[in-house]
Amino acid sequence: MSDALLQVRNLRKSFGGLTAVDGVSLEVRRGEVVGLLGDNGAGKSTLIKCVSGVYQPDDGEIVFDGATVTFSTPMDARRHGIETIYQDLALANNLDVGANIFLGREIKKRWLGGLVHTLDDKGMERESRLTLESLQIRIPTLAEPIETLSGGQRQAVAIARAVYWEAKLMIMDEPTNNLGVPEQHKVLELIRTLRDRGVPVVLITHVLPDAFAVTDRVVVMHRGRKVAEKVTAETNTEELVQYMVGARDDDVAA
Amino acid sequence: MTSEPSRPAATSGSLGEGKQDVTMRGSIAAPAGAHGPGGGSSLQRLVLFLSRMWAWLFLAVMVLFFVVAVPLSTGGSVNFLTIRNSQNILVAIVPVLLLGLGQTFVLIAAGIDLSVGWVMSLASVLSALALRDAFNSGAPLPVAVLAGLAAGLAGAGLVGFLNGWIIAKLKVPAFIVTLGTSFIVRGVAYLMSENSTVIGLPAGLGAYGNDALIYYISGPGGGVYFLHRPDVGGELLRRMEIILPYPVLATAFVLALTMFLLHKTQFGRHTYAIGGSMDASVRSGIPVDRHVIKVYMLSAATAGVAGFLSTLRFTAGSAVIGDSLLLSSIAAVIIGGVSMFGGAGTVIGTVIGALIIAVLTTGLVMLNVDAFWQFIVVGTVVIVAVLIDQSRDLIVGRQRRGAAQ
Repeated sequence: MSDALLQVRNLRKSFGGLTAVDGVSLEVRRGEVVGLLGDNGAGKSTLIKCVSGVYQPDDGEIVFDGATVTFSTPMDARRHGIETIYQDLALANNLDVGANIFLGREIKKRWLGGLVHTLDDKGMERESRLTLESLQIRIPTLAEPIETLSGGQRQAVAIARAVYWEAKLMIMDEPTNNLGVPEQHKVLELIRTLRDRGVPVVLITHVLPDAFAVTDRVVVMHRGRKVAEKVTAETNTEELVQYMVGARDDDVAA
Repeated sequence: MTSEPSRPAATSGSLGEGKQDVTMRGSIAAPAGAHGPGGGSSLQRLVLFLSRMWAWLFLAVMVLFFVVAVPLSTGGSVNFLTIRNSQNILVAIVPVLLLGLGQTFVLIAAGIDLSVGWVMSLASVLSALALRDAFNSGAPLPVAVLAGLAAGLAGAGLVGFLNGWIIAKLKVPAFIVTLGTSFIVRGVAYLMSENSTVIGLPAGLGAYGNDALIYYISGPGGGVYFLHRPDVGGELLRRMEIILPYPVLATAFVLALTMFLLHKTQFGRHTYAIGGSMDASVRSGIPVDRHVIKVYMLSAATAGVAGFLSTLRFTAGSAVIGDSLLLSSIAAVIIGGVSMFGGAGTVIGTVIGALIIAVLTTGLVMLNVDAFWQFIVVGTVVIVAVLIDQSRDLIVGRQRRGAAQ
């Protein structure tokens, strides 16, 4: 409990008459990977968007790094160290790797006593290379626009960006979607690398093999409620599927 | 990339020991070696190279053609590549290029600015009015000229701000907004000029718009003169070459500035980012709205400079001067390889595009081709330019930006 980096308590969010998240509590500890499972419409994304500042919860509390927080924008959440990698990755495909990792926070050189600032592209490329190497990511050329990279490589760039900016918590939304099998393995490998570096990961997925491959715990949601929370090693596919489709319900919420 | 024994990153966090190597070289989505060194057939690389450099090549071939064809068609009495003709081309290029420089930023940011032609007109009228008033109320000519520049830029800047503000804050498509403001600005320019032309400007003004850095008179009695027009007449005057007029120098200065801005600064980087992915830009914390406003202000400002320079050149403000230049300037930008989808393009490309149009126009005139053929040729070049860009994307296997996730 004391080790919890993120605590979500009784979070509630509705849109009009529809309650998307109904009193969910959740905890993420340092150095663990938590799977957030559930069918489409189970409320996973809404829950995560509340945590990452996209939505403001109607009720409930988010405690991050020891303090109660409210995020009014995604930038707010990022400033606190919560990085969310959505499926579209939020990369500018026409820019190179370094430009993407430093987008919005470019390294600049100062001239004429700070009167003129220019981009330090070499510096950004160097830092990017170091970060990628530390994650054991190999990308053949850093100088080409990333639209020439594969889906997995782009995923890796998005992860490297979060790592460079010292994310304390990484939320990943279906990161293996639209990837070929070898690349799926590499992304899962990256998630393990992140965990070993002490960055906990919340992995949103409905691919059970992925969840079993990398998570330490899983939380299952169904129709806006948390219906199960299991240590991954102590559960199995059949059990989780039953929770996901609503056939079983621990009603551990609240 | 060589894999050195993994060095710790400059960031926090320790390396996991003995981690499996996550190699992502064997990419799936991207065709192997389309871009990277060492990949692809040599033919593919040649085609790619040609498609990237075609505008330069086209310009070179065209110049070569006119160098040969112009003397042939005139029996050797007229040459294409002369000092005088090169200066004529440079002077002709000034307004189109200035409008195009601002437009380059707008298109890269995935917008479009249809108002620049009339903004140029408005700036011409405003600068003429301010200049005349300042001079008539006793200001020395250089001060009056500066007042004219300030008025032209201020008027243009205001229109640019309005364009950007409506586009960024009220989320109206750029095409609609700038179409609307172009009509508004047109009306204002006519109203302020009272009958489309502002006259009565100080006589000495022509020197600012037409004098040059260097004068060169070849042959006996000639010489090289800097910064002042030699007081000669007759045969000597006919042999005098005017090299680098001030408006050309001013345009070169704006060119250098925009080049620096687009390719070396954060402003330029963010312009590319916004055009490449609005979503990524917003989520990266780029102040997108403010940036879009600045881009349209920049576009209006280069049009303002163009209007101001035309006032100096003709010693009059004109409410019709910019109208015909809008489409040429957009054509120049497109020929220069700026993507209509945003996110790609260079300043030097726009320069090449403007040069191609100017050389084409001048060359065809010298060949005595009916002037209307220029339009047909320029139009064809515009379409071919975009086709070449698209085929390049096809070769590279790159998704069109609209289709890219």
